[in-house]
Amino acid sequence: MLSFLIRRLLQTIPTVLAVVMLVFVLFSVVPGSIASTMSDDVDPQVELRLKQQLGLNDPVYARFGKYIAKLATGDFGTSFRTREPVTTMIAKRAWPTLQLIFASMAFAVLLGVPLGFVAALRPGGFVDSAAMFAAVSGLSIAKFWLGLVLMYLFALKLGWLPSFGYGDGGLKYLLLPAVTLGVSPMALLARTTRAAVLEIMTADFVRTARSKGMSETRVVKWHVMRNALVIILTTMGLQFGALMGQAVVVEKLFSWPGIGSLLVDSVLQRDIPAVQGSILVVVLAFLAINLLIDVLYGVIDPRIRYA
Amino acid sequence: MMFRMLAIVAGLGLALAGPAEAQTPRKGGTIRMTAPYGSSFTSLDIHTTQRAQDEIYAKALHRSLYIWNSAEGKPVLELAKEDVVSGGGLVHTFKLRDDAYFHNGRKMTADDIIWSFNRIMDGTKAYPGARFVRIIEGAAAVEKGQAKEISGLKKIDDFTLEMKLTEKVDPGFYFFTALTSIYPADEGAKESFIQHPIGLGPFKLVEHVPGSRIVLERWDRFYKPGKPYADKLIVSIMGEAAARDVAFRNKEIDTSVLGPAQYVAYQADPDLKGTLVEVAEVFTRYMGMNPAFKPFADKRVRQAINYAIDTDLIISKLVKGKAYRATSWLPLTSPAYDKTMKPYPYDPAKAKQLLAEAGYPNGFEFEWTTSQNESWGLPIVSAVIPMLDKVGIKAKVKQVETAVLAEVVRTGDYQAFIYSQQSGPDPLAALKCFHSATPQPACNYMNFKNADFDKILDEAGQADDDAKRTQLLQKANALLYEEAPVWFFNYNKAVMAVQPWLHGIQKNPTELTHQNAEELWVDDTSPAK
Repeated sequence: MLSFLIRRLLQTIPTVLAVVMLVFVLFSVVPGSIASTMSDDVDPQVELRLKQQLGLNDPVYARFGKYIAKLATGDFGTSFRTREPVTTMIAKRAWPTLQLIFASMAFAVLLGVPLGFVAALRPGGFVDSAAMFAAVSGLSIAKFWLGLVLMYLFALKLGWLPSFGYGDGGLKYLLLPAVTLGVSPMALLARTTRAAVLEIMTADFVRTARSKGMSETRVVKWHVMRNALVIILTTMGLQFGALMGQAVVVEKLFSWPGIGSLLVDSVLQRDIPAVQGSILVVVLAFLAINLLIDVLYGVIDPRIRYA
Repeated sequence: MMFRMLAIVAGLGLALAGPAEAQTPRKGGTIRMTAPYGSSFTSLDIHTTQRAQDEIYAKALHRSLYIWNSAEGKPVLELAKEDVVSGGGLVHTFKLRDDAYFHNGRKMTADDIIWSFNRIMDGTKAYPGARFVRIIEGAAAVEKGQAKEISGLKKIDDFTLEMKLTEKVDPGFYFFTALTSIYPADEGAKESFIQHPIGLGPFKLVEHVPGSRIVLERWDRFYKPGKPYADKLIVSIMGEAAARDVAFRNKEIDTSVLGPAQYVAYQADPDLKGTLVEVAEVFTRYMGMNPAFKPFADKRVRQAINYAIDTDLIISKLVKGKAYRATSWLPLTSPAYDKTMKPYPYDPAKAKQLLAEAGYPNGFEFEWTTSQNESWGLPIVSAVIPMLDKVGIKAKVKQVETAVLAEVVRTGDYQAFIYSQQSGPDPLAALKCFHSATPQPACNYMNFKNADFDKILDEAGQADDDAKRTQLLQKANALLYEEAPVWFFNYNKAVMAVQPWLHGIQKNPTELTHQNAEELWVDDTSPAK
């Protein structure tokens, strides 16, 4: 297990380096500079000095070398925009994003997995049709629109929840954005679970268990659920990554102070260190979650070995 | 000096200001404003950012030498009690307030103003306020690194400051925005200042949740007796118009800036119609034409563009009436606005005739650079293209981000572009953007050069008589209309919905969201209490 973990951690290094390099090169070639976002009446000499001070006049490879050297010491650089260390900026935004993503995933799992199970246990029935209709709708629905509908319903019409903002970070502020973000993975998990359970139900080991007289409850609990969990976990891992990308829409709509909105603001204002730092953190989080999922495979199904 | 001009502005301002508040302001409560321009606050160091979004909170936290008075329609002294002008209009001696305290309890002195202006001129930082401070003698030398301190600023004593200008202008127009906020000299240099700014404003910082909100609370030692009224001010970042709409209807926010679609919906709703506050802001929306691109070098072609576009139709149908038709560069709320001027009529036949006279009987093709902005970007361009096509002019769209457009405009790397540019409140400064001595990267984006225009404007700058000065500015504005370096599209009509319990909203034409927060108060019907 330990050697597996070390090997997987080492494998992430080239991935991270490739992402860092890609982002760095990309933002070196796109037009627009921090100077033009700061002032529409900047003296050309001042612009030159500003670029010099920020190291923007150096060749790309030299800047990249400096950046990597700093990164190795845990220094993500200083924001062009706020003049704050990028690590501080990200630290302020990381917790709200984590809150949002974990709450969304909890909603998706708690609703999607049972829905998929129930649908698969009575295939073709009313529950199955209703569940799958809900799942297809959940996958097709635009987050922005869904968020507005939820705001309208639960804030304006029913008056149960605030329509926007972070407040004190409490549950009542988290619910609407989390559900908005969680509907799509919930739908996907419901479909995946249903498909996995249906497939496992026809597997030889399930037939054998039934023929040995095992009760249907025990069959589902010990054989179907355990085997389906591997597939569900894989879907969850991929959805974590997708949620990080999709969080920005929800963060913007609900004035939620996360990394997604930090990333978009930084891109628009050509704040390169903040863009690089935000992307790097998202990539690292994605890799960490995938690693965790890989570890969990072994815990759930001992047949999976860390060769 | 400039008395007449200011009187005109005052009249306009009073006309716009609406009926006076009849109720007695209530002490206490929470004001919940919104920052509607999309992204997070750029920085808590307001010297570093020129975005309208940031000045919303900065107006409550900070103070500058002057402040915009919407009721009078002009900048008025704020951190000084008196300005004695001498030296042929170039030397201003300010008697500063001796009752202005920073949020750390220290009294402001002339040293703080000198320190702040020197900071803004730091040539390694590109602070946007430099374009205003540059009017002080010796400021440009500091910016270029040739001097350490601005020579035109002299401390007479702790509460007397002498300022020598390079031009005979009203300094009020230069030092009223938050870009020239006065920081405490001892604290401003510290690194921690950016996270915990200390100002002179009526509210002090309590909390900043980046990307979500700023919370400020009353500064009890604010120098205006009895003000501010409210205990707390919350500014929430709400870039999505639809989300603001729900929050406003749900009474969770007290102000909401409206886009064209919402403007129509709110006007049609009897419950919301009464919440609307409208003002003609000092921004002109236009299509700029590059004279280096051959067809646009000919005045007749530029005029033909103005005749070929049915501007009124676009304003009514596409902008939903949320704009005022532009008649030249200076907007309705400019003190030098000439209300006798009429816009170019929609006349495709005249446009064709002018094109033929200019040697383009079959029209020509050009590339039009635009952002996605709904009020002055791609949707407008898309509507104009078929109109130009009717007279033989083909436009190819080049879509870029707003940040890129800003660079394209400054560098002149375009054939034509569509943009929104500040065209006030100072008419002289607004028209100077077309003076041939103004470099293109400054604000002469169309690289306009016209000796007659320069002469009129120079004369206006030297005029002591306010009436003559206004007359000259109107003459320059009329010449600009004739030369048509741009398609004169519209002046922005800013619309804000304001809850009935929030009082004291000022119709600020420089930017409606920029409110002098100490004037605002909420009555006891506010759900925020």
